[in-house]
Amino acid sequence: MDILSTAEAWMREGRSVAIATVVETWGSAPRPAGSHVVIDADGAFEGSVSGGCVEGAVVGEAAEVIASGEPRLLEFGVADETAWRVGLSCGGRIKVFVEKLA
Amino acid sequence: MRLDLLSRLNAARAARQAATVVTDLRTGDQRLVLDPSADPLAQAIGRALVSGKSCMAKESSGEDVFLNVHLPSPRLVIVGAVHVSQTLAPIATSLGYEVTIVDPRTAFASPERFPDVDLRAEWLDLASPSVGLDAFTAFAALTHDPKIDDPALIAALAAGCFYVGALGSRKTHAARRERLIAAGVDEGALGRIRAPIGLPIGAASPAEIAVAIIAEITAALRRPGERL
Repeated sequence: MDILSTAEAWMREGRSVAIATVVETWGSAPRPAGSHVVIDADGAFEGSVSGGCVEGAVVGEAAEVIASGEPRLLEFGVADETAWRVGLSCGGRIKVFVEKLA
Repeated sequence: MRLDLLSRLNAARAARQAATVVTDLRTGDQRLVLDPSADPLAQAIGRALVSGKSCMAKESSGEDVFLNVHLPSPRLVIVGAVHVSQTLAPIATSLGYEVTIVDPRTAFASPERFPDVDLRAEWLDLASPSVGLDAFTAFAALTHDPKIDDPALIAALAAGCFYVGALGSRKTHAARRERLIAAGVDEGALGRIRAPIGLPIGAASPAEIAVAIIAEITAALRRPGERL
């Protein structure tokens, strides 16, 4: 099943769900704008927003978005402080929008 | 995202309808656009749909919005369960195309020759909607038999397939043009047929012809409006 169908199915099962979307990329970002990850409150996820480098951080942020209901715009890249922890090894930068499905 | 918007988006995608989700990145407000002409961002959405690339845009109010375009996955419909198709179908599948092969000749359209392909031993013409030709479909006529290829070509042109190719030499195609004109196809539509089919790479074997065809289809998909 594709990511957005998974999101709908999880929601109908009664799970709390967040959707993360790549909204902007610079340099050699591995996944294009529009790519999705769907995450539930337990941290289960499907899909990718990078080659695997920042999914962990996105899943962590998603838990807070699910709790608060407020969307967030995240930025990852080599120029970032966070890069040293969850940076993109490819040298690209990405912006990821995380929102709760309600 | 609201669940009802996601449901409508998924329904549009299932119906192979192009859809765009416009998201205000500050507030999270969203709208689903199925008819871009009626939207304030009609031009930006139109450009994103043609390029197939999701991108940022600005509302007239100055807000930054994200345009996420959802286009149906491309299809390849091949008429002719022939030798070229035996290579073309698996290459196209690996490139992400949903492949359907149609050939009314049951000796050709056998599952042994085409494992793991949507194979239909039937005729393709204007009266066969089940194959689902549309603007996100590439079409290749490969039987070399006018009574099978011609009605299928007429259907593919009428459906607005983004690529329409037909096997055969220039001489064969000249004769085909005469028949299609007699059948009522206009000159503009005829000009959309790629014939001889495939990029001119000197393809000799059936497998090489398949490579020439899939390369030409890729160019039609990724560089619409350019003829290589």
